[in-house]
Amino acid sequence: MRVSPNAAGLVAMAILGVIAIFVVPAVGETFLMFDLTLFIVMSILALSLAVVWGYGGILCFGQSMFFGLGAYTYAVAAINMGDSTIPFLLAILLPILLALLLGYFIFWGRVSDVYLAVITLAASLIFYYLIGASAGSEYKIGKALLGGYNGIPSVPPINVPGNPKLQLVYDDLYVLSASILFMVYFALRWLIASDFGRVVVSIRENEARTELLGYDVRRYKLAVFAIGAGIAGIAGILFCAWGAYVSPTIFSLLQTAQIIMWLLVGGLGTLVGPIVGCILIQYVSTWLGETKFADVNLVLGAILVVIVLFVPKGIVPLARDLLTRIVARRGSPAAGE
Amino acid sequence: MADPPLLQTNNLTMRFGGVTAVDGADFAVADGELRCLIGPNGAGKSTFFKCLIGQLRPTAGRIVIGGTDVTGAAPHAIARLGVAIKTQVPSLFDGLSAAENIRLAARRHLGRKETGEAVTEILERVGLRDEADKQAGLLPHGQRQWLELGIVLASNPKLMLLDEPTAGMTQHEVHRTAELIRDIARHRTIIVVEHDMQFIRMIAERVTVFHQGRILAEDTMDAIMADERVRDVYLGKQAGAA
Repeated sequence: MRVSPNAAGLVAMAILGVIAIFVVPAVGETFLMFDLTLFIVMSILALSLAVVWGYGGILCFGQSMFFGLGAYTYAVAAINMGDSTIPFLLAILLPILLALLLGYFIFWGRVSDVYLAVITLAASLIFYYLIGASAGSEYKIGKALLGGYNGIPSVPPINVPGNPKLQLVYDDLYVLSASILFMVYFALRWLIASDFGRVVVSIRENEARTELLGYDVRRYKLAVFAIGAGIAGIAGILFCAWGAYVSPTIFSLLQTAQIIMWLLVGGLGTLVGPIVGCILIQYVSTWLGETKFADVNLVLGAILVVIVLFVPKGIVPLARDLLTRIVARRGSPAAGE
Repeated sequence: MADPPLLQTNNLTMRFGGVTAVDGADFAVADGELRCLIGPNGAGKSTFFKCLIGQLRPTAGRIVIGGTDVTGAAPHAIARLGVAIKTQVPSLFDGLSAAENIRLAARRHLGRKETGEAVTEILERVGLRDEADKQAGLLPHGQRQWLELGIVLASNPKLMLLDEPTAGMTQHEVHRTAELIRDIARHRTIIVVEHDMQFIRMIAERVTVFHQGRILAEDTMDAIMADERVRDVYLGKQAGAA
């Protein structure tokens, strides 16, 4: 029997999902769960750009704006409402609306490539400075003080919908985050394999040709841009709930550049690649930060240079190529059956 | 001339700064016609095509396709009226398989089941059945030309625009392409831009000659070959070279 690499990958991810969601919480300690949650939340953020840039070909340099808007929306709404159910939904909806608005001008205005990157980056930095300038008691939304660069502390945790007393913290937040990560992953796989997804990929391959076939590429780009924003919003909620805190650094250049780096290191045009890249980079940063072995930014910069020069496709596509080559070599004598 | 033309342009003009690439072209093609456009390099043929498909917005003039004024309309909107183009340099989805290239064209207007059938049929027709799973970017030039022809066919257009469909092909491939185009022309309206006069002779019914953005002459192939003006601007050089 021959198993397609596609199906094999799907099964592998499903097994990984079961382990991450059911086995790890059963054996891991709370401290580990807490650290892992952050990795998982960032992986969701990585997936949000993976679909926009890796598949849609839209180099959004401001993905952290949707991430941050999700986090801030959640923080402000949860502080005001107590129950996290509606804040959760709002924090997905608002980034989507922002993406639709911004994307309308970008795609209908035929802005592309580097200009698009600059516009999205600038938009993200506007948020950074705008929220940063909100220190003082006059800047409050309902009960929530925006707090300028100090951020918003004591953000309520996520609770079971409709029941503010049942809060999801530590291990529960881990299980929720891991479940969402795998849900997003499988949903995106389905999306990319769908007719919609195939047109999105065709736009990345050759936009002019896609248009000449009668597809209105602006709509497809806008849709994929908004989907990415919604996913980034979810990551923002979880990030905010994880630390019970959000500050404008979430919109910073460093944050937004990091997402791009995860994708470059892990592999563009894949879904697993950005997750691998994200976890790897996050792990290295944390480790360097703790051991003070070397300057974090210096090492990350070096990694990026090495990857771009020697593994331009990224780690995961490289591993995949090597694997298929090994399988092909081992399988060739028996291929005659 | 009882039927209204499928495509009509009035005074179509396209200027780039000081250069007038298309200069007041009045052009019409009847439904079911196979028309060849010839003319020396820089005569404005490709620019004319780009105006027709909406990639360029004409400076002046009007384009009417099937009774609809499409002047300045978006490319996808014009494509939806049943216009498809094979561009001068094959425009394909290089990272995708040959079959997926065709599928994307067919799926826009067909259901899931019909798409599958259409893909098989068209791959067969353009001689790429064995290349179905190969990446388009890895195909040799001649096959890339055919794959684009397949894409154009798969979108089931009323009006097919072919910009140099035999460029870079071997003699044998040119013959096959001529056969294929003649076969397609039995059911569709086609406009072909070509330089290869032998190829034109294989397929031509009516020929329009472009020169410096204007239409210089329009007649049967034999009459065009006999036309003094055409010889002067275009064929003279070729005849001398041959």
